[in-house]
Amino acid sequence: MDREHLVVIGNGMAGCRAVEEVLARDPHRFRITIFGAEPHVNYNRIMLSPLLAGEKTFDEIVINDRSWYADHGIDLVVSDAVIAIDRDTQTVTAQSGRVAQYDRLLIATGSDPFIIPVPGKDLPGVVSFRDMADVDMMVHTAALGGDAVVIGGGLLGLEAAHGLALRGMQVTVVHLMDTLMERQLDEAAGWLLKAALEGRGQTILTGANTAEIFGEGKVEGVRLTDGRTIPASLVVMAAGIRPNVRLAKEAGLAVHRAILVDDQMVTSDPAILAVGECVEHRGQVYGLVAPIWEMCRALADGLIGKPNSYEGSVTATKLKVSGIDVFSAGDFVGGDGAEDIVLRDASRGVYKRVVVKDDRVVGAVLYGDTADGNWYFDLLKRSEDVTEIRDALIFGQAFASGGGQADPKAAVAALPDDAEVCGCNGVSKGQVAACIADGAGTLDAVRATCKASASCGSCTGLVETLLTISLGDEYAGERTAKPMCKCTSFTHDEVRALIVERGFRHMPQVMQELHWSTPDGCASCRPALNYYLLCAWPGEYVDDQQSRFVNERMHANIQKDGTYSVVPRMWGGLTNPKELRAIADVVEKYDAPMVKVTGGQRLDIFGIKKEDLPAVWADLNAAGMVSGHAYGKALRTVKTCVGSEWCRFGTQDSTGLGVKLERKFWGSWMPHKFKMAVSGCPRNCAEATIKDFGVICVDSGYELHVGGNGGIHLRGTDLLCKVATEEEAIHMAAAFVQLYREYARYLERTAPWIERMGMEWLRALLIDDVKGRDALAARFWIAQSFSQDDPWAERAAGQDRNLHRPMAEFRPITQLEGVAP
Amino acid sequence: MMPQWIDVGAVEEVPLRGSRAIKVAGGEEIAVFRTGSGQIYALINRCPHKNGPLSQGIVHGDSVTCPLHSWVISLVTGEAQGTDKGCTPTIPVEVHSGRIMIERAAALRLAA
Ligand code: SRM
Ligand SMILES: Cc1cc2nc3c(=O)[nH]c(=O)nc-3n(C[C@H](O)[C@H](O)[C@H](O)COP(=O)(O)OP(=O)(O)OC[C@H]3O[C@@H](n4cnc5c(N)ncnc54)[C@H](O)[C@@H]3O)c2cc1C
Ligand code: SF4
Ligand code: FES
Repeated sequence: MDREHLVVIGNGMAGCRAVEEVLARDPHRFRITIFGAEPHVNYNRIMLSPLLAGEKTFDEIVINDRSWYADHGIDLVVSDAVIAIDRDTQTVTAQSGRVAQYDRLLIATGSDPFIIPVPGKDLPGVVSFRDMADVDMMVHTAALGGDAVVIGGGLLGLEAAHGLALRGMQVTVVHLMDTLMERQLDEAAGWLLKAALEGRGQTILTGANTAEIFGEGKVEGVRLTDGRTIPASLVVMAAGIRPNVRLAKEAGLAVHRAILVDDQMVTSDPAILAVGECVEHRGQVYGLVAPIWEMCRALADGLIGKPNSYEGSVTATKLKVSGIDVFSAGDFVGGDGAEDIVLRDASRGVYKRVVVKDDRVVGAVLYGDTADGNWYFDLLKRSEDVTEIRDALIFGQAFASGGGQADPKAAVAALPDDAEVCGCNGVSKGQVAACIADGAGTLDAVRATCKASASCGSCTGLVETLLTISLGDEYAGERTAKPMCKCTSFTHDEVRALIVERGFRHMPQVMQELHWSTPDGCASCRPALNYYLLCAWPGEYVDDQQSRFVNERMHANIQKDGTYSVVPRMWGGLTNPKELRAIADVVEKYDAPMVKVTGGQRLDIFGIKKEDLPAVWADLNAAGMVSGHAYGKALRTVKTCVGSEWCRFGTQDSTGLGVKLERKFWGSWMPHKFKMAVSGCPRNCAEATIKDFGVICVDSGYELHVGGNGGIHLRGTDLLCKVATEEEAIHMAAAFVQLYREYARYLERTAPWIERMGMEWLRALLIDDVKGRDALAARFWIAQSFSQDDPWAERAAGQDRNLHRPMAEFRPITQLEGVAP
Repeated sequence: MMPQWIDVGAVEEVPLRGSRAIKVAGGEEIAVFRTGSGQIYALINRCPHKNGPLSQGIVHGDSVTCPLHSWVISLVTGEAQGTDKGCTPTIPVEVHSGRIMIERAAALRLAA
């Protein structure tokens, strides 16, 4: 009897697996022909990465060799792509002209690499990473050494980069998004991955957009949209894949993003099935093999008449770069009602985040230790209730399902005395217990006595558990020093000190090294960390706009109606006709409803729209005015009085000194706002004794006052010292400001800071320790050399222009329909 | 009727942990957010407290802190978090091939 003829288009992972599944169910049901565009037998595509890395040979990645096809009587047609399907005659035509008639047709054409449409994309030396031919070409080019650029920092791109680096090329990865593998990883894990790859010598450019690939006759390099160029003799396009649906579309099958199939993988034509990356099932298109295996099972069941539905897959991803463990599964965004459980172990370079929603694991991101990946993935797929093991969940399967061990307290109690609790300082459990027995009843006391948990803090939980075990009810569990926010157990002072001591240079690094309990901090720690890093690494740290409060991001003060107020600097309270005219013009041109003289001796223009800000600034810049930072945790104003130049009591040029101070100190970021004033005599018309730094001129020189505050809690200044010259006054101001910048907590003004530290401390550092004072001042001027760029000028010139513009604007069509005749 | 989607721009036009506003003629501004995890959300750009422009807030986790008086609003449900009570309407949003699509009817519902 004539058997039905099953024709398969695509000799890849899905096509051959489907055939295997069919054969396993009924080896004699079909006569089978497979068309493959590639010259090879069926090989394991995912192993192309280890193949490129030189860890495997082609023979080792073959799934089915020639004898398999022969043994099952399969007619394999290689190097002959099918170019048309004729559904009326039920035939397919291949490139060679060969025609095959089918009873059942299976389309398994996979995906095509997405080639970004930039000039030079067709130059020799540009390659994608999809099949054996691509790998051959890469291996061949890499043998000559030189530079490679990989476009795309997803799974494929990073595996390509790894392989090429192992083959001796100098590799740069160009990634459009800010986070590597952003589909699978959150920012924290993406940052760790980036740091690890950079540590291996790769250059990773995130937020980088390719403008063109250039070269004479062959690739010579890549130019980015920001103008940077990177030399390269090889460019790998790994910017994504597109389902290969051309044949299906031309044959008139239903195609959306990919070929539409039902739960038995049947297309809109009952005689035609489709499977693999080229299909869309229940709205999903997959790019991994695990779902494909499930699809193939349902397909084979359906084909031999035992319908069994494919219901879609949840997927997990692992990066195949030796020595770097990355795992991601499910939905790590979580959304509402979802709770993040985060565990960071900096000494081992581990970041784990499990997302739990309605008592079920819905996602996981693991970096550095992926041993429990499959366990989380299993919990996720089975949608198992994890209430019982929730507390121990993040520590992994061994801990969570270890019976008695499920109680973390019991687990810690069971540790032997010589078990190391604090890896950084080499403190054992016995030592911590002894230190508690000797009277250290709080975490701070333990940290101070035996140093456990005093460095990276990863053992804080362990130490707290030991305190609870030893002290029982006596241990209040509360620290005397308040942590910075709910994301960490460290205080502001500890975080600051550690940033400098350990040389942390990026926010995700601080969060990882100090074991933040959230993936990306909160609205309270992010601005503080941004400031601490900026203060610690002037000229080096790149300010994070998204960690700034709105006013500092927009360089204007937000008002209750969402408009902004704009305050240009008037140095020392002085102005002139040109400035006044420019302000008057701005008020009229942009319809500002109000302009007001502030308490800080300058003018405030109210009610400016977000979109108009850059234009307003451009107009003010044109008249020589710069931002007054009326919005900033920075120098606000320097109030002055008329002084010796006009006033009959004036002893020194207070106006002149005020102008000098403002010109030297503007632009510096501080823990809180900072105000100065210079009065020409003790009558003190500029109110210098309620300023953060106030100068009172006297006949013999200048009295320098600090720590005044006119706000909620009125505080008069303390006299710091008296100096003879303006230069000394400015020098002391610089040292004082730097001391404040380095020691105050974020959002702590000088008044409460001085109350906390004491004037004794201040005088010891600023008056007695002359070298220390000079060093402080020197550090301040270095920082200033990077901070006196007018933010308004940068914005008016187009920087961050997007912040001021709506992303899109649209009008309802219905309005237009009303006009139709 | 099938929902209609409007393409409002590319994902990377919204800064990571940031937001962009969309103007709707005769209607209310929409704020599109991109979280640290890369997820895209859209809400009416108005705080339930006193109408603060949420697009100007600090984005953390799946929430935004309002720039005016620091209410924390869930990007997923639009609900104020903690003890604060109030809700901002959410706008259905999808991402296809790196483009952000918002649902037409919801976006225009409040327009004239
Ligand atoms: C415009 C101005 C009032 C005026 O019309 O005169 C003003 C306006 C605001 N002040 Fe002020 N302060 C202004 C001078 C003052 C003064 C007087 C001074 O500087 O001589 C003080 C008391 C002195 C002091 O700071 O020690 C003052 C003490 C405050 C405080 C309380 C600070 C404190 O430490 O207790 C706040 C709240 C805060 O900063 O957290 C505040 C906060 C504000 C804010 C920024 C409120 C806000 O966060 O939105 C107001 C912004 C309005 C806007 O949109 O422009 N403003 N504010 C003054 C601008 C001065 C300038 O040219 O930059
Ligand atoms: C380098 C690399 C690493 C990967 N790593 C992983 C991983 O770690 N984990 C994971 O789950 N997935 C991984 N993948 C993805 C995985 O390989 C794919 O999901 C899988 O191969 C898809 O199977 P498929 O059969 O749909 O497509 P393919 O395997 O691409 O097979 C399609 C075949 O059809 C052929 N074809 C196309 N059109 C025609 C035509 N008209 N006529 C005849 N033949 C045609 C193609 O030449 C190809 O051989 C990786 C992919 C690559 C490229
Ligand atoms: S006194 Fe109060 S209301 Fe007046 S400007 Fe200052 S902060 Fe605003
Ligand atoms: S308007 Fe948003 S918190 Fe007040």
